[in-house]
Amino acid sequence: MMASSYNAKEEDGHHSGASSHGGAVAAKSKKPDNTAFKQQRLPAWQPILTAGTVLPAFFVIGLIFIPIGIGLYVTSNNIKEFEIDYTGVDNHSPCYSCANNFSWNSTTPCLCSVNFTLEQPFENNVFMYYGLSNFYQNHRRYVKSRDDSQLNGDQSALKNPSKECEPYRISDGQPIAPCGAIANSLFNDTLELYHIDSNGTRNAIPLVKKGIAWWTDKHVKFRNPGANANLTPAFQGTAKPVNWRKPVYELDPSEPDNNGFINEDFIVWMRTAALPTFRKLYRIIQKKSSTTATLPSGKYVLEITYNYPVLSFNGSKRMILSTISWMGGKNPFLGIAYITVGSICFCLGVVLLIIHHKYDNRNNSADIPN
Amino acid sequence: MERLHWVQHRCRSLLAGDSGRGWYSAPDGLPSKSSPDAHCSPHRVSGKRRTVSAQHGPHQHEHEAVSKSYKGNAIRTTKYRLLTFIPMNLFEQFHRAANLYFLFLALLNWVPVVEAFQKEITMIPLLVVLTVIAIKDALEDYRRYLFDKKVNNNVARVFCGKQKAYIDQCWKDVRVGDFVRLSCNEIIPADMLLLYSSDPRGVCYIETANLDGETNLKQRQVVPDLPLQGAEFTPETFHSRIECENPNNDLSRFRGYMEHSSGVRVGLHNSNLLLRSCTIRNTETVVGIVVYAGHETKAMMNNSGPRYKRSQLEKRLNTDVLWCVVLLIVMCLISAVGHGLWLKNLKDPIFVVDGETAPALAGFYVFWTMIIVLQVLIPISLYVSIEIVKLGQIYFIHNDLALYNEQLDSRIQCRALNITEDLGQIQYLFSDKTGTLTENKMVFRRCSIYGVEYPHEENARRLEVYEAEKDKAAGRSVTLKSGCSGKSLSCRSLSCNRSSVSLHTLTAESEDEEDQLSNPSNQPRTSAFSSRMAKEVVPDPELLRKLNWLCSPMLPLNEGSSGSPSSRELTYITDFFLALAICNSVVVSSPSQPRHVVPEARTPLKSLEEIKLMFQRFSFSPFSALSTLSPPQIKGSPRSFTSRLFTRGKAGSFTFSPSPSSTTADTGSDPGQESSLETSTLRPKLDSSAGGEGGNAGQMEDADAEDDSKDIQTNPDGSRQDVDVDSESDCDDDLLYEAESPDEAALVHAARAYRCTLRGRSAEGLLVDLPGIGSLAVQLLHILPFDSNRKRMSVVVRHPLTGQVVVYTKGADSVIMDLAETPKGAEQAQDIYNHIREQTQKHLDSYAREGLRTLCIAKKVLEEEEYEVWLKRQLVAESSIENREELLLESAQRLETNLTLLGTTGIVDRLQEEVPETIEALQRAGIKVWVLTGDKQETAINIAYACKLLRPNDQLLTANCGSKDACAALLEELKLEVQRGADSVTELAAAETHGESSPAGSVESFVLVIDGQTLDWALQEELKSDFLDLSRRCKAVICCRSTPLQKSQVVRLIRDQLGVMTLAVGDGANDVSMIQMADVGIGISGQEGMQAVMSSDFAISRFKHLSKLLLVHGHWCYSRLANMVLYFIYKNVMYVNLLFWYQFFCGFSGSVMTNSWVLIFFNLLFTSVPPLIYGVLDRDTPAHTLMEFPELYQAAQTSKVYVPYMFWITVLDAFYQSLVCFFVPYFALAGSDVGVLSFGSPINASALLIILLHQVLESHTLTWIHILVLVLSGAFYFGFVLVFSVLCVSCSPPTNPLGVETLQMSQPLFYIICTVTVVTALLPRVLFRALHSTLRRSAALRLAQMDKADAEQYHKRMQRWNLSHSRVHRVPVCADNPSLEPSSASVVS
Repeated sequence: MMASSYNAKEEDGHHSGASSHGGAVAAKSKKPDNTAFKQQRLPAWQPILTAGTVLPAFFVIGLIFIPIGIGLYVTSNNIKEFEIDYTGVDNHSPCYSCANNFSWNSTTPCLCSVNFTLEQPFENNVFMYYGLSNFYQNHRRYVKSRDDSQLNGDQSALKNPSKECEPYRISDGQPIAPCGAIANSLFNDTLELYHIDSNGTRNAIPLVKKGIAWWTDKHVKFRNPGANANLTPAFQGTAKPVNWRKPVYELDPSEPDNNGFINEDFIVWMRTAALPTFRKLYRIIQKKSSTTATLPSGKYVLEITYNYPVLSFNGSKRMILSTISWMGGKNPFLGIAYITVGSICFCLGVVLLIIHHKYDNRNNSADIPN
Repeated sequence: MERLHWVQHRCRSLLAGDSGRGWYSAPDGLPSKSSPDAHCSPHRVSGKRRTVSAQHGPHQHEHEAVSKSYKGNAIRTTKYRLLTFIPMNLFEQFHRAANLYFLFLALLNWVPVVEAFQKEITMIPLLVVLTVIAIKDALEDYRRYLFDKKVNNNVARVFCGKQKAYIDQCWKDVRVGDFVRLSCNEIIPADMLLLYSSDPRGVCYIETANLDGETNLKQRQVVPDLPLQGAEFTPETFHSRIECENPNNDLSRFRGYMEHSSGVRVGLHNSNLLLRSCTIRNTETVVGIVVYAGHETKAMMNNSGPRYKRSQLEKRLNTDVLWCVVLLIVMCLISAVGHGLWLKNLKDPIFVVDGETAPALAGFYVFWTMIIVLQVLIPISLYVSIEIVKLGQIYFIHNDLALYNEQLDSRIQCRALNITEDLGQIQYLFSDKTGTLTENKMVFRRCSIYGVEYPHEENARRLEVYEAEKDKAAGRSVTLKSGCSGKSLSCRSLSCNRSSVSLHTLTAESEDEEDQLSNPSNQPRTSAFSSRMAKEVVPDPELLRKLNWLCSPMLPLNEGSSGSPSSRELTYITDFFLALAICNSVVVSSPSQPRHVVPEARTPLKSLEEIKLMFQRFSFSPFSALSTLSPPQIKGSPRSFTSRLFTRGKAGSFTFSPSPSSTTADTGSDPGQESSLETSTLRPKLDSSAGGEGGNAGQMEDADAEDDSKDIQTNPDGSRQDVDVDSESDCDDDLLYEAESPDEAALVHAARAYRCTLRGRSAEGLLVDLPGIGSLAVQLLHILPFDSNRKRMSVVVRHPLTGQVVVYTKGADSVIMDLAETPKGAEQAQDIYNHIREQTQKHLDSYAREGLRTLCIAKKVLEEEEYEVWLKRQLVAESSIENREELLLESAQRLETNLTLLGTTGIVDRLQEEVPETIEALQRAGIKVWVLTGDKQETAINIAYACKLLRPNDQLLTANCGSKDACAALLEELKLEVQRGADSVTELAAAETHGESSPAGSVESFVLVIDGQTLDWALQEELKSDFLDLSRRCKAVICCRSTPLQKSQVVRLIRDQLGVMTLAVGDGANDVSMIQMADVGIGISGQEGMQAVMSSDFAISRFKHLSKLLLVHGHWCYSRLANMVLYFIYKNVMYVNLLFWYQFFCGFSGSVMTNSWVLIFFNLLFTSVPPLIYGVLDRDTPAHTLMEFPELYQAAQTSKVYVPYMFWITVLDAFYQSLVCFFVPYFALAGSDVGVLSFGSPINASALLIILLHQVLESHTLTWIHILVLVLSGAFYFGFVLVFSVLCVSCSPPTNPLGVETLQMSQPLFYIICTVTVVTALLPRVLFRALHSTLRRSAALRLAQMDKADAEQYHKRMQRWNLSHSRVHRVPVCADNPSLEPSSASVVS
């Protein structure tokens, strides 16, 4: 990467003069110490970057980056991903009516179903995401609007949530649990996936809802208040978030350890997304066996319980099915980036080689002494 | 010469206008016209004067009433007290703008609508800065406190009224009006009036080294006319009242009067005042009454804090910081507008918390939020970092072996801590000559007396030998000297804790300076200005032969023998050497009686009637005797001359100095009465002693008069001396002269070489050995001290042989030659005299060409009546309180007229070692060197030749003119000439470009020499620009005969008008104003005290150190600091932009993708140390390369590391890097399920790596320290975030760091992203560096090759020049610098 001329100057052995003065004087002499450090003669690497010296580095980078880029690109291409928008902006889209007749107060859920076809079978575990766009989960006030202590099961925070939660802190005189804007805007569509056989029967695909949150969040960060497994008394005296249809302790009544604050959908939602267009893991479709594909190619139906309004802010909702690799989801960018950078480095290496031959050769004889 | 008695004129120049005029209303009813001035000085309290009376006396009540308002002697230099430290310190600190910025941010964060981070977090930078500075302040203050305590608890013996005795008291308990008794080597606790001294003459010596660094002794006088001039002073009987000025800081002035109970008033002067923190020397006991105590003492009032200069780089930095502010505001505005627009387009979003806020208002809030978020963009911590870096740089400069002077055991002193990088930007260097370019070790070289030149060939040879042996002798001479003064050393080492106590004036100094002062025994410089070389003058044989006529029995009574000098010439010679020996203020001491020789006047040992007669005959008076006598009469019949003298009644005034008994008896008496002492009382005595010694006359024949003088101690009057005889003869060579200026010392030593030895000095008389005569007591009537206006000093003595009142004057040739007037009267006498003058002038000119310092010696014989008249006015002048100085000056000028020129001396001041090399290096480095000197034009030019400031092929432009118009015309003419020269050069260059490339060095350059008077005109408003224009085109400018004020004016003119960086270097008090005026002031701690050092930014001991200091340290410091500043700005811009880019993806809401702790610590901890190391340790070019190629200094200046466009390039690079660093992760993670912090994690990590690796690229050297710090910084970051992400469950509420980093770092994606980001971000910088250094290196190579060719060409040209010029004008060359022959001038290699 860089030329390094090792510039180690040994200390001059002789301590000139000091000895001639005789012991007493020499001891008190203010003569500076003749050490490499104090005399600024520390052995030093001098990274002199010249065409000649950076040239190998450029070639090496090129040679390393291009294969990596190809590898990444191939990996990314091998990832299968399917995405379907069910916002319902179009008149023709099945969820159009649901989207346009939305009201937070309606008690009857609006249902719509979207048909789609998978051209290729999905191997291995398939991850099912919901995607939102133009949803600024990273808005400063939004990000702050939560109370981590409350979510960690702190009793006092449960009854007296942090001021950061305003204006979603108190509802009807009762503290909101979980308080704050993030919790209040919890994504509450329900997605169900059905495979349509060749003979037309709908087979529900089993969606696993556990294991979608980070282990640390699930087991360390989020805790239900009270030692009791029964959550109803624990959340006594608290109000549900304004937009929620049901209180937090009824998020998943079927599974006690997926209920309340430790509900994984809730946890996933609480990890605010970095960018306004994002996806969040919704369910996992486990691989059944090594022989059959998890999602064979064919027709599918996505049944949606349309609860979540996004049209008001020009947002969109998507359902994504994806397999993942060691490098995460499908993203050709990194592979391209690596290939590009590698190629540029390689080309620059060639350019430098030319420059080096043109200018550098003569200099070797008349090096400025170090 | 111009530096004799510099204290007065230095203070005058420093405090010009402030305290120069008196405010004091004269007690004797003189009209007080100074009352309007009363409010000019800041030191006065409503123009009141201070009344002091004894604490224990009849005025006790009055004393209590009056002195209540006077400060006690306790001092407190601490800024804070224990209890008030925190509020006071905070108050102090919030005076700094940077801290106010932090405070503003912290407060801003408390406003809920704009709050960006947790409230505590924005407090952290403020707290860190405040704490660091508070700790620093507290430590400094504690050190001061300890020091104060030590000083305050020093013990002094103070008179106690109750016990009627002197008891030990702490310094802090000393009050105004107390009587303090001090012994030898004790330190004066407060400013006191000297009331009693154990010295019989009522004098006391003090050493002011602690005050001004001068090691020579100053004499102080007991207040005259004390009513009780008893054996021992009794405070009980002191009933006088003292009225004096209110406290002020003028060290050289003290005015007041003492009113005795009888109503008599006695004037008090500076010579009666003992200043705090000086040391009593050579006086057993003194008693004084305290007039100023504690903080009101002059020493304390002079104690100003350390210097603060703002460096050029800092000024430019400020503009860049302003640009950063602009950038910040722009970014915040973009955010604000963006947020407003974004909000406007949103309809009922469920994620907006306070949706009802109007977009405009929200945008306004966001603006402030963004200011908090992007606060790092303003590199406030840069200021703290710069201070730390400069401390580190100072540390290395201070420790440089090359700047250490082995002989003096002194390092460089860095007194200004914040202008290190200015050393690398110097464009103009103003140098003093004497003591700066030269050693300021004056050595008598040759002289001319009676118009006859004595070349002193042997002496010249001796000097050459010294030149050759100098290196070897360096170490030895130290031991020699200390050997000589061994006893005085031991005496001085008795001075127990003198330095520790009296250092108070120096508290602002670095510790090393304190060390230096606390080890006085370490310093070999006990006897000032008396190096071995100066002492051993080899007499000129011719002159010696003539002088020996004095001792020979065969006096030149008849004018027969051819070789014998005329008696008139002998008179001249004798008077000349007498003047050399006595016309000075040298203090004599010998090891046996260290600095304590009270000369006992001894009668002449060989008072043969014949000799007396001869000296009678020698004495001449241009006004009376000579004018009436024709030369043949003088030469032919001396006896008749003598007889005429006697018959004319001159014998009435013929008197020898008073005998010892009378001297002591008359101590303190009015000198005016002295003159009335009639010879009738003395004469019998003299005759008897003369008769008693008659038997010894035979020994006179011995040529060696010194031996005689020792043997002949049998006279009855000298019996008291017998005890001393042995010791005195043993250490005869060990007489130590302590002179105020090296010139004086050189002259005294020279006189001594001719056995005209100054043996001792007292206030009333001098003891001089004369060859052939032996010891003579010379009655000293007056000393008219040197001042820079008169440029001369005089002594008025009663001539020991003729008994006449004689004025001996020694001064600058120009002045003396003007004052030496042709005697009226006989034409032949006039002829002779005119001849002498002409010859002397010729010799003077030739001396000056040789680069010798010339001094003229003249004398004047005063008629008794004339003297009486003058004396009266002098006494009036001395005793006047108002405008005393003016009256004294006037009085002196009245006396110093119609002088008779005796001769002139040439003193060699050798160049310091490596001065030509240094100057050459500096010039090659593109620094214009100006020499500003008070010397003669010829001397200055010669020195300029000697130190290669002037090259043989340079064209000399001299500007001497008498009027303004002439000056204007001359400047025009010179400008034209320079223009012509430049034109021809360009033509030449144009012609040469066809053939070979014209090397820059071949240009014939101009050197302007301008004298003081012309400079005066040139500096005036109308001619300023012409002068500037002219001097700009000259390679060098030499200003001779310039005053200190002119020096500073020149520096100011150049600095302000050309806007260049100036450096002034000097060693004496006359350079102080120049040193203070320049951007960088360098003091040379040489022979002339510490005045220049005290006012300087850096103090070095040799001129040659400048080259390393500027070329290496200056270069390094500048490039280091400039690079560090750029790096710092880069770092901040780069990091802050990451946050800015994120705003585009979070609706400009001021959100960040990083945990706020990490955000704050990123700048404060993770990336703060590497730039510091970089700024302290980086070496862009090795030291020896910089020394070998001074051109690199200029290259660094012109290539400008730190210039506006570099700032913008840096900012652009930072923008690029931040773009890469943000958008590579962005594209890699866009659309995925990445969380806010997970998104920030690779960005932060790669930003850190980029920033650290960027530094590696930018560093020119990497030592293990760099590596260690870089690795630690990286490790610290990753350690911190990992620990944070493991442990932080619900801390740091707005963000959610738990598990983020652990998860991220366990995924390969993280590393993939980081790698490509780092590589891409650094790619352009690497490429740029590689291409730049490749192409530049070849350019440098070409330059080097060109240099080589240039040098050869130069050499050839030199040879041609020598051939052509050798017949026209041989450049005179310093004889002691044979290596400087122009023909052998070494050539640029």
